[in-house]
Amino acid sequence: MSETIIETHGLSRRFGSLIAVRDVSLSVTRGEIFGVLGPNGAGKSTTIRMLCGILDPSGGSGSVVGFDIASQAERIKERIGYMTQRFSLYEDLSVVENLLFYAGIYGVPRAKRRARVEQVLERTGLGQRRKQIAGTLSGGWKQRVALASATIHEPPLLFLDEPTAGVDPVSRREFWEQIHGLAAEGTTVLLTTHYMDEAERCHRLAFIFRGQLLDVGTPEQIVQRRNLRALELELEQPRDAAELLRKEPEIDEVAHYGHVLRLTTRGGVDPEPFVRGVLESRGFLLKSCSPSRVSVEDAFVSMVREDEQQRSQAA
Amino acid sequence: MLTRPFVIAWKELLQLRRDRMTLAMMAVLPIVQLLLFGYAINTDVRHIPTVIYDQDHSAASRELQQSLRVTGFYDLLGEVKSYAEIERALRSGKARAALVIPARYASNLRSGKATQLQLVVDGSDPQTVGSAINTASGLIAQRSSELMLAKLSRVGGGAGALQPIALEPSTWYNPELRTAVYVVPGLIGVILTMTMVMLTAMAIARERERGTLEQLIVSPVRRVELVLGKILPYTVIGYVQMSLILVAGRVVFGVPLVGSLELLYVLSFLFIAANLAIGLFFSTLAKTQQQAMQMSFFFLLPNILLSGFMFPFESMPRPAQLISQGLPLTHFLRIVRGITLKGATFPDVSQELVWLGGIFCALVVLTSLRFTKKLV
Repeated sequence: MSETIIETHGLSRRFGSLIAVRDVSLSVTRGEIFGVLGPNGAGKSTTIRMLCGILDPSGGSGSVVGFDIASQAERIKERIGYMTQRFSLYEDLSVVENLLFYAGIYGVPRAKRRARVEQVLERTGLGQRRKQIAGTLSGGWKQRVALASATIHEPPLLFLDEPTAGVDPVSRREFWEQIHGLAAEGTTVLLTTHYMDEAERCHRLAFIFRGQLLDVGTPEQIVQRRNLRALELELEQPRDAAELLRKEPEIDEVAHYGHVLRLTTRGGVDPEPFVRGVLESRGFLLKSCSPSRVSVEDAFVSMVREDEQQRSQAA
Repeated sequence: MLTRPFVIAWKELLQLRRDRMTLAMMAVLPIVQLLLFGYAINTDVRHIPTVIYDQDHSAASRELQQSLRVTGFYDLLGEVKSYAEIERALRSGKARAALVIPARYASNLRSGKATQLQLVVDGSDPQTVGSAINTASGLIAQRSSELMLAKLSRVGGGAGALQPIALEPSTWYNPELRTAVYVVPGLIGVILTMTMVMLTAMAIARERERGTLEQLIVSPVRRVELVLGKILPYTVIGYVQMSLILVAGRVVFGVPLVGSLELLYVLSFLFIAANLAIGLFFSTLAKTQQQAMQMSFFFLLPNILLSGFMFPFESMPRPAQLISQGLPLTHFLRIVRGITLKGATFPDVSQELVWLGGIFCALVVLTSLRFTKKLV
């Protein structure tokens, strides 16, 4: 049986005349790694802040770890860890001092504080850097300290707001290993990102665009629901070919990857015969042609494009 | 939970220890201010450069000049020969006052006719004017009654019955009327106002600016825990500064401490707390450290001008007095001057304490209303 950790119904937030989040209904179960995707300004951070109880919703309701986000915010705060976008550490304190501070703030008993800090240092591999002043750490190390701070009190729920922004690929990979480790121990993780490769590492995803929830599901479900197929081809004059292909309604997206042209088709159209039909009749010579895996990124771009088209038609 | 304020206080002190610049400022500032204010602010007006336009040139007029000189208030620069010369001397700033002795001074004295002396004073510095006129008229009044008595005794003989009324002023608590004695205790209040307000205003604004406030807001820290944790370390600093000024004031300026030191330290707590509360209130308004700093400076000005530190409360117009009552410094000045200079005891200053308590409570309510653990 899966236990619901986060549940929202029609959650909305307005800033003056701007609607930052519109009617978001979500449900996250225990031990899940739940990714919230969306471009900048889509309303991801606003949603997280409402769930943490530091921003009042203007409409709708929600409960987090069993408490109401509007009326029991302080109860929620004791049971969550939150890592802000900028890894807000005290830059003039050392790694250990930062951790001790957050341990104290989150009510880890004085007698257990040292041991708890040592444990977290061990797990995050920060032992060597314990005395270093946080402000002098590189992005990847700062991120580790921030994660260590956010988990110092062993919260059952962890919010991470763009945890990997500005971090190198190796650090990102190590970070994700840690996240999966935490989830395996039963911690629920809700994070925002706009890195699509990271999205595929989540158990479930929610797409937020212009403050609205476009789709929720596992990465596979989301990709399947778009019913896209992808193809990679190599040919002379790729720019002309791309221009031609974009005019076809069956084609969802055409993009350049080095010498390769990558495209997706809509509605389950088999891409290879279709593309050959369009290009070879106009004298293009295909050097190679191979099917490609449809990624979450493809699905995401397709969804955003569709939304934009509908908007421009409505206008 | 009781430990959180201490955790926050510990963190503040750690940060402060690494911030050498601020630390140095807090130690050096009180001393520099003490020396500046102690030496530079001097409201005792002495040695007014004065020229004499003596149209009489008699023994009596020279005697008058001499008695003017011995008061110590006037430095006689010499004689001038015309009003034009007086004007030149005053305009160039060489002289600030000029005494004009009329031509028939000596003969008028002898015949018992009334004589008009003229004192010309440079009004661009009102403080000088007041002192110059007071001293001169006092002196002249004294001389004229002396002359009168002398004359009467020559005529009637029974002069003993005709002694004029005399006022013998007796100044208590600061008999030499030294400005430093008056300024230094007040300076404790001014410096505490300056540093306490600024430090706390910046302490929260800095967390907001660096994004750590969001991290605190999302933690289970209660508002009162945060406020206490921020106030605690700065209170200690406030006491250190206060002690520094008291000791330096004693060593450098010989400022006495008549009353109870313990009472002063205990009563100062409410004043320090009130200032910290003002700082916290500013920090709820300021978005950046710079704004917090500007607000603190803006706040300092009325404190210096209206609290009675520079100008006496009694001589302020009514509206200024009303504003003044709302400033913690006004009441603290009365407490600190009362205790250090006059040996005031608790009942003497209890009214000021009520004021301070009222201001503090109002600020705490106001700040709590403004500071919410929400982002917007």
